[in-house]
Amino acid sequence: MLRFVFRRLIQLVPILLGLSILLFAWVRALPGGPAQALLGQRATPEAVRDIEVQLGLDRPLWEQYLQFLWRAVRLDFGASLQTGQPVVDEMMRRFPATIELALCALLIAVAIGIPLGYLAARRHGTWVDHVVVSGSLLGVTVPIFFLAYLLKFVFAVQLGWLPTAGRADARARTEHPTGFYVLDGIITGDLGASWDAITHLILPALALASIPLAVIVRMTRASVLNVLNEDYVRTAEAKGLLAGTITRRHVLRNSMLPVTTVIGLQLGVLLAGAVLTETVFAFAGVGKFMADGIVERDFPTIQGFILVIAVIYVVVNMIVDLVYGLLDPRVRVS
Amino acid sequence: MRITGKLRPVVALTATAALIAGCSGSGDSSDRDGDRKTFIFGASDDPKTLDAAYVSDGESFRAIFQIYETLVALEPGGTEVVPSLATDWTISDDGLAYTFNLKPNVKFHDGEAFNAAAVCFNFDRWYNFKGAQQNGDISYYWQTIFGGFATKDNDSVPETSRYKSCEATNDTTVTLNLAQPSSALLAGLVLPAFSIASPKAITDGGTDVTVQGDSISYSGGFGSTTVAGTGPFKFVSWERGDRLVLEANEEYHEGRPKLDEIIFRPIADATARLQALQAGEIDAYEGVAAADVAAVESAAQVVSRPAFNVGYVGFNNNIPLLKNQKIRQAIAHALNRQGLLDAQYPQGAEVANQFLPPSQWGYNSTITGYEYSEEKAKQLIAESGETNLTLEFWYPANVSRPYMPNPQAVYESFAADLEKVGFTIVPKTVPWTPDYLQNIQSDNLGQLFLLGWSGDYADPDNFVGTFFRENNPQFALNEPNIQGKLNQALAETDQAARQALYEEVNQLLFEYIPGVPFVHNQPLLALAKDVTGYTPSPVSLEYFKLIDLGS
Repeated sequence: MLRFVFRRLIQLVPILLGLSILLFAWVRALPGGPAQALLGQRATPEAVRDIEVQLGLDRPLWEQYLQFLWRAVRLDFGASLQTGQPVVDEMMRRFPATIELALCALLIAVAIGIPLGYLAARRHGTWVDHVVVSGSLLGVTVPIFFLAYLLKFVFAVQLGWLPTAGRADARARTEHPTGFYVLDGIITGDLGASWDAITHLILPALALASIPLAVIVRMTRASVLNVLNEDYVRTAEAKGLLAGTITRRHVLRNSMLPVTTVIGLQLGVLLAGAVLTETVFAFAGVGKFMADGIVERDFPTIQGFILVIAVIYVVVNMIVDLVYGLLDPRVRVS
Repeated sequence: MRITGKLRPVVALTATAALIAGCSGSGDSSDRDGDRKTFIFGASDDPKTLDAAYVSDGESFRAIFQIYETLVALEPGGTEVVPSLATDWTISDDGLAYTFNLKPNVKFHDGEAFNAAAVCFNFDRWYNFKGAQQNGDISYYWQTIFGGFATKDNDSVPETSRYKSCEATNDTTVTLNLAQPSSALLAGLVLPAFSIASPKAITDGGTDVTVQGDSISYSGGFGSTTVAGTGPFKFVSWERGDRLVLEANEEYHEGRPKLDEIIFRPIADATARLQALQAGEIDAYEGVAAADVAAVESAAQVVSRPAFNVGYVGFNNNIPLLKNQKIRQAIAHALNRQGLLDAQYPQGAEVANQFLPPSQWGYNSTITGYEYSEEKAKQLIAESGETNLTLEFWYPANVSRPYMPNPQAVYESFAADLEKVGFTIVPKTVPWTPDYLQNIQSDNLGQLFLLGWSGDYADPDNFVGTFFRENNPQFALNEPNIQGKLNQALAETDQAARQALYEEVNQLLFEYIPGVPFVHNQPLLALAKDVTGYTPSPVSLEYFKLIDLGS
């Protein structure tokens, strides 16, 4: 197990190196540099050149790349051109928001998706199945921002049940020792703050969950259908095992293997979706900052965030592989 | 027995649904919080920093304007210069010495005394900016009003400075000495960039700008954690991306403001701002789209700022086709500007016939504008002798500007007008930031383009000077006569003579046609129903100290 983890971590090195080159080349190839972005309508060729010289953008590309790499190794991504604050600080400040949102969305997707998929498979061919399948198709195809506006219109503007924007009530004065607002409320003993944070999470999490939810429903349904037709299920039923035991031991356990992989892969979808969701809900997370960074040609932010997200992505996939091993002993052997 | 297995997911589902439904009880934050008067403004972005000398953007200025004050200010809702921290002032005959009498017994938020020495401390700080502090984006307004610095560290910085020195005669008398007269000085000093901050806060917090590798960072704490001015509201806290909180200054020298608290909440998405207002989470936002007016009016109030901007079709005056006077005239007559405004702009927008808004002195009221006439345009084209009438027409994508809520609609309308009289229009579009400006501001790129300007301060130089006094790459206009007159007007100290010069320049521009101004628009703001006292300002500097909540 340790060797497995170690080997996977070693594999990370060439991946990150390759990624850093791609990233560097891509960001430098974007039309319009940061100097132009900073100066806007007041740009003159001289003022642009001054800033480019200060930022080292006039030096050879390989030199810029080595500089970038050397600092990235020490987790120094420079300062965000949007805020003038170190990118690492901005990340530390904003990651808890995105993690909270992504976990909440994943929780919704799994808690609703797996039972729904299972139900559809069990009721294969009935109206229940049809409703679930077409519903999940809708989930994949409806754009996140449209769903977000719709949810806000119904639950916030019309019904007034939930807030439309932000992570907490603007008037609230609360302490945030960890940056995870729900957890912070529990730590500081201010459960009202936790509740406030939860109400601010529900709509964005629902919007963000739409795609993973649909994917998990479809995957679970297909997988359960597959397993239900397996010989060992028929054998178990034939030898008179209780239905609950068959479901638990044979159907669910075996059908969850591909679903686990899909859940892991949904993390990428969640991070991509967070860019849109956070912007529409003014949710101060990584995704929103990244979206603003692209518009403002904030090189240091774009580079830093993408590298960190890549690391997270690889690590999560590694964890998924480990979980896979727990579920299926055959994987561990190989 | 089978039923248990089947029911389990159903139970799980019901439980989840109950969990979600259960959350729906609260979240009603629209109630006013007891007697405490909190005004929440839905900003489009965070301020960059609260160090006023380093910024020139609207969102930074909006917050800074409530915390700090300047020597002179603008009357609420207007463009007339009135006393602020200075009670009165005298200008020497040669225009080189400005002596201000300061308001006595004023304190900064950190308890330090406001006096002449504090004023000089601030001016000397700005004058001695070094390195990256001299970048065009960081000290834009200093360079606009005063030119250069004590030293010249950047190629783009002017060689000389109009600023010479600051003298504190006694606690309440201060004199600014200039190296050369600038008639735009008083109008410029109202800008929040010239906010007087507590010298102690500046020194304690630190104001370093460091350039490291790829980036420029504001590494000093002044403006982010240490903030102290003399204004009606004091800095409380700032969580970037989430909220900036200010509270009433109990010891404000004009008396405590009516609001207890101001919160700036950054919501970048325009539809999200509208929804937040409808849900009662914010009390105001700027930039109401014409299409949203009805939606806002059903739940709140819509107010408009006096038109202090200009939208124009710019020409690249360097390409042969547009060097032909007849072609420029033909374009001016071909554009149906009133038709565009009727179809696409909110009420209050008016057709522009010069590059200055009508409320700005220097506006030439004898100019009647270009008549819309297809016939005239066709005739001028025939006279021009040009046969290849193909022009690229640039417009920005995915952006709404105060003078141009929907650039694509403007483009479509004008392109159709031009094709009607015989031009072939090639559409060109890129996103606003940062590609658009780069594309039209480089030589020989934008042939026709849509752009505009919102006035920063009430001086004609801020409009026509910005466009034509120096070699602005977007117009690529090389007319020594116009440039000479504009430079002369800036140095002139006699107000009547200045006014005459700007009126003359406007006439010259009207005849030359370096571009066709088409609109002075009134930007719209949304306010919650119970907000009173919000006084829209032509230059977007609105005093939140005048605001009250509840009837």
